[in-house]
Amino acid sequence: MSDALSDDGSVNQDDSQEDVMTPAELIAKLEEAWLNEKFSPELQENKSEVVECVMEQLTHMEENLQRVKKGDAKASIHRMEIDRIRFVLSSYLRSRLQKLRKFFPHVLEKEKSRGEGDPSLLSPEEFAFAKEYYANTETYLKAVALKRMPPNLQTVDMLKAVPEPCLDSFVFLRVKERQENILVEPETDDQREYVVDLEEGSQHLMRYRTIAPLVSTGAVQLI
Amino acid sequence: MFCEKAMELIRELQRSNEGQLPAFNEDGLRQVLQEMESLYEQNQTDVNEAKSDGRSELIPSIKLRHCCLLRNQRCLTAYLYDRLLRIRALRWEYGSVLPANVRFHMCAEEVQWFSQYKKSLASFMRSLGGGEGLDITQDMKPPKSLYIQVRCLKDHGELEIDDGTVILLKKNSQHFLPRWKCEQLIRQGVLEHVMS
Repeated sequence: MSDALSDDGSVNQDDSQEDVMTPAELIAKLEEAWLNEKFSPELQENKSEVVECVMEQLTHMEENLQRVKKGDAKASIHRMEIDRIRFVLSSYLRSRLQKLRKFFPHVLEKEKSRGEGDPSLLSPEEFAFAKEYYANTETYLKAVALKRMPPNLQTVDMLKAVPEPCLDSFVFLRVKERQENILVEPETDDQREYVVDLEEGSQHLMRYRTIAPLVSTGAVQLI
Repeated sequence: MFCEKAMELIRELQRSNEGQLPAFNEDGLRQVLQEMESLYEQNQTDVNEAKSDGRSELIPSIKLRHCCLLRNQRCLTAYLYDRLLRIRALRWEYGSVLPANVRFHMCAEEVQWFSQYKKSLASFMRSLGGGEGLDITQDMKPPKSLYIQVRCLKDHGELEIDDGTVILLKKNSQHFLPRWKCEQLIRQGVLEHVMS
């Protein structure tokens, strides 16, 4: 798929002269974010600039297609490309939204405790959605059951009630930049912690918690 | 036994098929709430007695009742929350308008929750990509082909395709059309995707 995408990117290169990134690189970025998001148990940092650029690119490509001669074979190939990119984009946003809905109290809590200047996990739209979702669900539970319960039981701690993302789940990953001395913590009591080096290009199966920081810096890619 | 009723609610959800929404059990909910109320009242009187007369032998039964109260609360919220998850999944399956037989099984508050959820989702999708908007409930599967086989479900009149040909969408006729032209019409229920 990536071959087809980069072909397409080069055709449309003249569209985005103001961008430092070529369309091919942009799509690669999107795919990277998409895979990471799909395979990691917790929500990743938001990539709203990539999303915005891709959407712009899609509009450009649609416009270009309008100008193409009728019955041109190239047109249908480009059309297919647009559809594919739009699928990846939607799928990416969907999997973010899915995690957002699944872990909303934890996501909001993390967002609250985030230090000033740290990059936000959520895009403004996602943050608004999460807040609305939280309030809506809370109101609902109150209205249907909680307010009819005895006075000392009228609140539910959402943080405790909604399951947390399981950071100890295992993920497949490919190393993009060589890493040394990664500390792997023991899984059971009779194991001891040990250190591994990750060679560039090698693939591993590890617990997400161990390599979570490397995913956000882009040193490894989940696959 | 305490908490039986609450467990019954949970079992009811468990028994229904994956993703299906059984009718809202208003009666079961009320019974659990009643049980909680009486447990709570008993506890109140016992607590007062234990305090004023110093009867410490009452404390274990107070504790037991309190645990039952907590369990009831937990089961009820689990019941309600799980129903919400099922309703939420329906938004992605049926689109923003739910079929009548599903709505029939929902209570008034659930309908309200759903419409609020719908609104949040819609404003989220509208604001994507710097206000351009993108319907992410579309493109659910990776696109396989440009053209798909569709069947008309109702008379829709003429449709012009990009290359200029005009086709007549008549009820029960079948066409082989570009997918991006049909998506909207399929959503509106004019066309149906024929899987072969």
